Amino acid sequence: MTILEVEHLRKTYGEGPRATHAVGDLSFSVSSGEFVCIVGPSGCGKSTLLKCMSGLLPASSGEVRLAGRRITGPPPAMALVFQEYGRSLFPWMSVRDNVLLPLRHKGLSKDEQRRLVTDSIDEVGLTRFGDHYPWQLSGGMQQRVAIARALAYQPEVLLMDEPFASVDAQTRSDLEDLILNVRDRYGVTVVFVTHDIDESVYLADRIVVLTPAPTEVKETLTVDLPSPRDQVATKELPEFAHLRAHTYRLIMRPSDHEDPVGATAGAVAHGSPK
Amino acid sequence: MSRRRSRSGLALALELAVPLALLGAWALWSSRSTSFFNPPLTDILDTFAETWIFERIPTDLAPSLARLLIGYALAACAGVALGLMLGSSPLAQRACAPLVEFSRAIPAPALIPIAITLIGIGNDMKVTLIAFVCFFPVLLNTIDGVSGIDPTLRATVQAYGLTRRERILRVVLPAASPQIFAGLRVSLSIGLLVMVVSEMVASTSGVGYFVLQAQQSFRIEDMWAGILMLGLLGYVLNGLFLLVEARVLAWHRGARASATADTT
Amino acid sequence: MHRGTRMAPVVLVAVLLVLWELIARLSLLPRPEFPTMTGTAVELVRLLGTSQPWLASAQTLQAWALGMVIAIVLAVPVGIAVGTNRMLYRSVRLVIEFLRPVPSVALIPLAILIAGAGLTSKVGLAVFGAFWPLLLQCYYGMQDLDPVAEDTARSFGLGRFARFRHVALPSAVPYIATGARIASAIVLTVVVSAEIVIGAPGLGREVFVAQTSGAYETTYAITFLIGMLAWGLNVGVSAAERRVLHWHPSQRPVEA
Repeated sequence: MTILEVEHLRKTYGEGPRATHAVGDLSFSVSSGEFVCIVGPSGCGKSTLLKCMSGLLPASSGEVRLAGRRITGPPPAMALVFQEYGRSLFPWMSVRDNVLLPLRHKGLSKDEQRRLVTDSIDEVGLTRFGDHYPWQLSGGMQQRVAIARALAYQPEVLLMDEPFASVDAQTRSDLEDLILNVRDRYGVTVVFVTHDIDESVYLADRIVVLTPAPTEVKETLTVDLPSPRDQVATKELPEFAHLRAHTYRLIMRPSDHEDPVGATAGAVAHGSPK
Repeated sequence: MSRRRSRSGLALALELAVPLALLGAWALWSSRSTSFFNPPLTDILDTFAETWIFERIPTDLAPSLARLLIGYALAACAGVALGLMLGSSPLAQRACAPLVEFSRAIPAPALIPIAITLIGIGNDMKVTLIAFVCFFPVLLNTIDGVSGIDPTLRATVQAYGLTRRERILRVVLPAASPQIFAGLRVSLSIGLLVMVVSEMVASTSGVGYFVLQAQQSFRIEDMWAGILMLGLLGYVLNGLFLLVEARVLAWHRGARASATADTT
Repeated sequence: MHRGTRMAPVVLVAVLLVLWELIARLSLLPRPEFPTMTGTAVELVRLLGTSQPWLASAQTLQAWALGMVIAIVLAVPVGIAVGTNRMLYRSVRLVIEFLRPVPSVALIPLAILIAGAGLTSKVGLAVFGAFWPLLLQCYYGMQDLDPVAEDTARSFGLGRFARFRHVALPSAVPYIATGARIASAIVLTVVVSAEIVIGAPGLGREVFVAQTSGAYETTYAITFLIGMLAWGLNVGVSAAERRVLHWHPSQRPVEA
């Protein structure tokens, strides 16, 4: 069953001849429970796309539908995890309060709120750190808090914007396995934006490969790797190597670099660091 | 290690000894001085005890404190409230910018004459004027804090659909609180200054009034005692402020310390 | 930028001026001492044609400039010494902490006794007020020295004085500049306070005399002049600060 549809989405910054076309006519859809990775060359409108999908940015034309309903603002059935964990957590709140904050207005009982907070903090392996402040934790642990907050919100769709791009390699593979686990246990749909090809092949059921800005879908690849995935065994499979190489070629094909200036302008306009 | 400890012991001794030595020097110097302006320190302290324990507390100290604290509290509430509004409205911010810049730049005591023509020389004038001059630092710093909130934090708040109330009380206000406190600290010293000056030029009570009266009638010990009282007042109010700030902004210090530790 | 936002401040000021005129004309305030806006403007123009406000401004500015120079000359070396010598810092810490929050205007009566109602009193009080924040800024500046920069200089064999001259001092300059900006506002405030209370010649005395003699238009016009002077000084000092700090990260445009 399709849960998320992106249809002829366009996003343009500015007007007239100086306008920057970040996203140009983009369509794809995501099935319920699916793990979809979105990859593209640096500077393509990946983050812009995600912001439009989450309702944070209005699309210039086209639309995004969640469970058949058009998205006009951030929907309650969607949770977002940003790359900048240090800046998306509230430094004046403990880990528990950070996770609790979005639940306060959901009309749940106090007991229900407490259960959700405790469960999701346990789930990401931070049981002992509920009363710590985010800045007392390492980067990887902070990103776990952000994931716990998203889980406690009980979304149908989890949108992640390069969530592991600013942590070290070891932490990164731990977090990748964590998010795969979480997907299995919560049955949540995940849309995961990354610029790391290995990561996308390792995590995804399906990969949407984007072109440079103005971004369109270049190709959609189904990843038929066995589940559960394993950092060593999965990455040794010939299929993994093949998918990896194929995705790499799609992204790096030289003909795609005709407009490097326009491509970077798209990234600067919305302040994405990558 | 032991060398280090003895060094820090020496530092502590110095820390206490130097102020005591300075006081001692003053006491010695003033006891030998024949100058009219320089009465013996012991006389000043005697007068201080006579005057301020507790004879003049209800007649001078209490009115001064009441003026300052009421005006300050009014300014703090109005400054934060209006700052929250302007901080999220660039148009209103731009519209008010020249007025705010002008009002902030003007030396606070220069407004006393106008305040007298508008409100008279009573308590209302002092409270209003203190509120007015304390208002701008709080306002500007609140605007600064609110408009400086991290875009990722804003996006997070939007994505999780927080209500307006939650957004303001649990996110915007705490996020801006370091700047708000910076403004409140500046305001406190300006408020104290305006309190003193307005009492000197237009009042019949208050510590500022007392000090200037004492000087004009050549009661020099009284004048010194009053100056000491004002110094003490500034010191204590500032100390209380820092105490509150340290409690409220404990998270901010921790976050900053861990951020600098990360970069080094 | 839209034309609307550019015009917004002009519109707001115009509306407030008209409102002022209306309130005064219709006597909406319970007090009769409220002059009209037009009357004040006429008075302002008349005043500017006489030598009186120019002379008073010069006297106020002179006290400000002297206060700034003396405060900087005294506070910066002391601040640097305190910032580089731990023992010295510890021994004066309590003294600084006690004297800094003392409102300098509390010393006005003492200043009258010692130095009379003239320039010396104004400047002395202003220096006392500006000394502490400047001192502390210098201290913070010396504390904030990046150990990596210091180590780099050492590894290239720079001596103690060269390190101070080329590493410590430049990294303290932003703090000293900020201190000077803070000090400028304090000096002006204290100078005007002294002029009002003591009656030392300057704009502060002019405005107070105008009020006590019932010249309300003049009171408002001179207050406006004081505001313009303060605003001009503020703009000037901020511009000077930016010039000195053009290399510093705090002056670069923030990237989103």
